[in-house]
Amino acid sequence: MRDVAIIGYGQTKFGELWERSFRSLIVEAGVKAVESAGIDGKDIDEMYVGNMSAGLFVGQEHIASLIAEHAGLNPIPSTRVEAACASGSLALRQAVLNVASGASDVVLVGGVEKMTDVVDATSAISSASDQEWEALFGATFPSLYAMMAQRYMYEYGLTLEELSMWSVIMHENGSKNKYAQFPFKVTLEQVLNSSPVAEPLRLLHCSPVSDGAAALIVCEAEKAKEFVNEDDIIYIKASAQASDTIALHSRESITSLKAARVASEKAYKMANIEPKDVDVAEVHDCFAINGLILMEELGFCKKGEAGKAVYDGKIAIDYDGFPAINPSGGLKAAGHALGATGIRQVGEIYWQLKQDKEVKDRQVEIKNGYGITVNVGGTGGTVCVHILSNKK
Amino acid sequence: MVGIVGYGAYIPKYRIKVEEIARVWNKDPNAIKNGLLVYEKSVPSLDEDTATIAVEASKNALKRANIDPKDIGAVYVGSESHPYAVKPTATIVAEAIDATPELTAADLEFACKAGTAGIQMCMGLVESGLIKYGLAIGADTAQGAPGDALEYTAAAGGAAYIIGKSDVIAEFNGTYSYTTDTPDFWRREGKPYPRHGGRFTGEPAYFKHVINAAKGLMEKMGTKPEDYDYCVFHQPNGKFYIRVAKILGFKEEQYKVGLLTPYIGNTYSGAVPLGLSNILDNCDGGERILAVSYGSGAGSDAFDITVTDRINKVKDKAPKTAYYLERKEYIDYAIYAKFRRKIKM
Repeated sequence: MRDVAIIGYGQTKFGELWERSFRSLIVEAGVKAVESAGIDGKDIDEMYVGNMSAGLFVGQEHIASLIAEHAGLNPIPSTRVEAACASGSLALRQAVLNVASGASDVVLVGGVEKMTDVVDATSAISSASDQEWEALFGATFPSLYAMMAQRYMYEYGLTLEELSMWSVIMHENGSKNKYAQFPFKVTLEQVLNSSPVAEPLRLLHCSPVSDGAAALIVCEAEKAKEFVNEDDIIYIKASAQASDTIALHSRESITSLKAARVASEKAYKMANIEPKDVDVAEVHDCFAINGLILMEELGFCKKGEAGKAVYDGKIAIDYDGFPAINPSGGLKAAGHALGATGIRQVGEIYWQLKQDKEVKDRQVEIKNGYGITVNVGGTGGTVCVHILSNKK
Repeated sequence: MVGIVGYGAYIPKYRIKVEEIARVWNKDPNAIKNGLLVYEKSVPSLDEDTATIAVEASKNALKRANIDPKDIGAVYVGSESHPYAVKPTATIVAEAIDATPELTAADLEFACKAGTAGIQMCMGLVESGLIKYGLAIGADTAQGAPGDALEYTAAAGGAAYIIGKSDVIAEFNGTYSYTTDTPDFWRREGKPYPRHGGRFTGEPAYFKHVINAAKGLMEKMGTKPEDYDYCVFHQPNGKFYIRVAKILGFKEEQYKVGLLTPYIGNTYSGAVPLGLSNILDNCDGGERILAVSYGSGAGSDAFDITVTDRINKVKDKAPKTAYYLERKEYIDYAIYAKFRRKIKM
């Protein structure tokens, strides 16, 4: 298998982008990625796009063709990848496997979601849960994650204050991200007093409905030197994926994400590193409780201890001795444009590891040169983990 | 110069509190009150509709104008709750105030700004000399589906303006409109309740149009917020109103007199006309007012108005807006459901 690198990244702002269309979002992200890599359209051999539900959100299927056309990339092969909110990182995984296998040298991989064209996004989002056993009985993602939070609090004594501190730190980080949907700070009191959504979750424990797109240029590692300086090449050291039951109630435990544990263990093995080697992580905090659970599944702390670590501020950008988590602001503050999220997470780590000017206000100290992303579909039915490094 | 010759307000006397609606739907009333800045709303009685509200308001306007109703050459009723789908409200009003038969009349609909659209039409007809006086009314008995967020605000009320050239109590220095096709709120033919785009009704709809209309008018007039003694904006809730006023650079003393929604709810087509009538009740000659309506769909009409000394001669000739604001009787949800014909038999 060949080594694979990232040589370019671009994203739109995430938010309620009322005046932007589905196609304009992904084209903007794609053009920015191509420009940042210094490549030309004709250098691109193939493309993948992560998207959860353009069919339900904007009534458009067959988006792989639509995007290739509007990006001016016909007639290259273009493929849509779908795994709910993990669609983006799964698209990246296809690109990585494609380049590693030798099938292509340069692949454009994007993620996009246009969610605000529908009056109520809930039913479209719920299609990522088990329709027969969850959605039809009224379960929505806030309620499913609320059950996880309830049980977690019961089992490990997590307090609402500890859970809420997650959102405070996410907004602190997001306030330094010009692409973030909510680039402002919030206080612990504001989080605690925000509108109840599903007990114990408050509004400020939940990621928003977002429009947005992100795109990466993936390239064979040797060929990458033809396009960018060697210092600007970030290597993909691991791309691992795992599955679990789609329905929450079928799990052995609802306070852990087994697929995240399996995928991250596999990824650490591929990259030949341990959790302690990670400088920076982007984790899938669609709801604050998931951020805590993923910290544990990634091996950053023991089961039941994430809440205290968060409350003590260990995940903050300037804390020494613990991985900085979600310098972008995470899904909570940066926004959650479903299919784009997995790409945006990897894009943030790419910028962090190459110490790009885009993240100068939120730059994490890069000591070991490793960053990790974990992108979750549904309540953990699909999980995809990537490890990136500035070292080949 | 074309201006306002007479004005009149009317608000039904029944009120229902946010707490009472929230009680039925098991919602937190404080979250709604803080979120919307609305405490209670007016409710029309069983025998009150847009026509009766328009007639009451027009009678008050006539008392202040002190003109022969036969001199009114146009009656426009702006509403999104006309009693008939086909058959005008305006003819009922014209007949009730004895303005018939030598006049033109029509009903207008542009969500919450049809009333100000009528004022603009009357301004044109008066200015051109086609009519001596025009009567424009904004009135509604707004619909909100049970359990919907609109139910806390959808209210009833209206105000009438007689537009003319002589003996004006306020002059129109200018008007400016800003209109786009923006589907933020709509009601299909035959449907009892409107639908809305949730948060889409905010930034790309209300704020965009109100702000652009206000700025457009101030640019046209060469004015700044501090040049106005009062301002009034459409007020779907208190929060949007205060936010748009602050964004535009207005201070509390300028915007507070025109803000009625916290205590009577959103009277839709009646909202800016009523806010303006409360300002006229409380101002003096020489004072200047900026009024900006908003109608979903979407558009805003902005008006630059200077009050004349005549205002103090007519203010007390009809019940003031405050009279209707203070005249209230609280009802519970059951009576509200009966009055609003939500109980199907």
